[in-house]
Amino acid sequence: MGLVGSEINPPVLKARLQKARSGATHPSFVLDVALEIPSGITIVFGPSGAGKSTLLDCIAGLLKPDGGGIEINGEVLLEVQQRIDVPPAKRKIAYVFQSLALFPHMTVEQNVAYGLADLPAPQRDSRVKSMLEAFRVQQLALRKANEISGGEQQRVALARSLATSPQVLLLDEPLTALDEGLKKSIMEDLRRWNAAQNIPILYVTHSRAEVDALGERVIVLDQGKIISTGTPHEVLDAPRRSSLAQASGFENLFSGVVVELREADGVMRVRLVKGACEIETPLGHAALGTTVRLAIRAGDILLATERPHGLSARNVTAGRIISLQQRGTMFIAQVAADAGGAVVFTVHLTLGAKRALELEVDRPVWLVIKTYSCHVLED
Amino acid sequence: MDSLILSVRLAACVSAILLLIGMPLAYWLAYWNWRGKFLLEAIVALPLVLPPTVLGFYVLIALGPHGPVGKISEALFHRGLAFTFGGLVFASVLYSLPFTVQPLIASFEAMDRRLLDASALLGASRLRTFAKVILPLSLPGIVTAVVLSFAHTLGEFGVVLMVGGNLPGITRTASIDIYDRVQSMEYTEANRMALVLLIISFVVLSAVYGVNRRIGRRVWASWAAR
Repeated sequence: MGLVGSEINPPVLKARLQKARSGATHPSFVLDVALEIPSGITIVFGPSGAGKSTLLDCIAGLLKPDGGGIEINGEVLLEVQQRIDVPPAKRKIAYVFQSLALFPHMTVEQNVAYGLADLPAPQRDSRVKSMLEAFRVQQLALRKANEISGGEQQRVALARSLATSPQVLLLDEPLTALDEGLKKSIMEDLRRWNAAQNIPILYVTHSRAEVDALGERVIVLDQGKIISTGTPHEVLDAPRRSSLAQASGFENLFSGVVVELREADGVMRVRLVKGACEIETPLGHAALGTTVRLAIRAGDILLATERPHGLSARNVTAGRIISLQQRGTMFIAQVAADAGGAVVFTVHLTLGAKRALELEVDRPVWLVIKTYSCHVLED
Repeated sequence: MDSLILSVRLAACVSAILLLIGMPLAYWLAYWNWRGKFLLEAIVALPLVLPPTVLGFYVLIALGPHGPVGKISEALFHRGLAFTFGGLVFASVLYSLPFTVQPLIASFEAMDRRLLDASALLGASRLRTFAKVILPLSLPGIVTAVVLSFAHTLGEFGVVLMVGGNLPGITRTASIDIYDRVQSMEYTEANRMALVLLIISFVVLSAVYGVNRRIGRRVWASWAAR
């Protein structure tokens, strides 16, 4: 756990951090993580109070961890046991806060030049100019930082922190307040900039929509611990742990044995341990004959009253409704997929669907499940 | 009018010295947390509640030929500080200290900490952060601090009387002059001087409120509410 995409790029930022937080302003938890972050965007996803900002503050050196260490490109910035603790000003880490923290009394240009005090004036001016251009705010150079729009402030904040050529960029929910179009255009500019610089970018968010939109490596943080890492699809749609599966709303969880691998098609067949049911799933890392857990959302299962044909869905199984319960504007059906009733699927239906199909208890039905709705959890 | 000029000179010296001492002191008290901090806070605030005669008495002892400050002064300048302008400055600095330090602390504490973090992460030293971020954004608080300590020094009486006595042109300040005139029944003279002090105080306080309103900060208000 904790390795993200290291097979693609070597890790640049390595961090092991322990930090106990308690207090009135935030929920109590113990941050305890080990990360290896390669260059490119890595998303840190988790609910509020999961420790995301604490993690970034520790990496930046604004908070002192209770234990652990940090290194960037082999250079040790923190080693609590050896009392090594490089101050924030010398860590070469850029950090864009949720509040952005632009200096309100300075112009856009002065903000961006702030971190370049050591450069001779001509070089400083040209760096400021190119950063303003890269983030398309050159026309605002002489405006006061508190007199421009939210999206513009966001761009200036990025330009200011990246002007110093940092080794790592930390972003704490920087785009949450912006609309989709603006968010996308800013992220494109950031990606374009990083294509040349190739530094690790840690992007913290609690928004599922942002994770999907950015589509990069994800680290899922909850109560201070990393509970999952991978691509958004792997991590959020096919969680590797049953507890997370239940938490993410997989109503159907089954144990099964891999009975066939069809690597050319990118699928495999899993025979459920109970009952005689076989289900086609995407190819996982599991070998033939191993036991896996299958997770399927109740809302991803279709019901049909006749055997359907001409469908792309690969899993079509006969079954019988054993119970129907109304929950608000939704019906929850329990469908037994074999005679013995050992395999029972939970299916969510709309009121309209239930009415149109005249579904009743004991009625025979067909269960239809797309291959990609069947998520394989590896124990 | 000699006494008024003396008072203004004293107030100007004291507020300039206080600004130099008060800034690092307030910075320390606002941003550092250490165990004995409350003691220093209490000491800084002491002149607010202490009778001026008590402060004046101890300062007089300290400035005298057997006091620590007096000995240092003797060693350096071959003369004591009691009943001199220098002695008045020393005493007034102590007496007006909270009027400088407290508005500065209020103003430093009101600062968005993320601005200071941002400055550090951009490679700035503490000194540069102070000069480039804290100082300009605390300007209303600084103006308030200077003006309040100026006005407070201008109007002090008890400490000056204890430490400086009443030497014309050396330690006879405006407030002591007024007291003197009243003692010798010169009401017209007393009234003229009193009126000047009243007007100066009013103008000064109007300036404080005006500056804070214009800049849109309520440093003085937040300080007053403490």
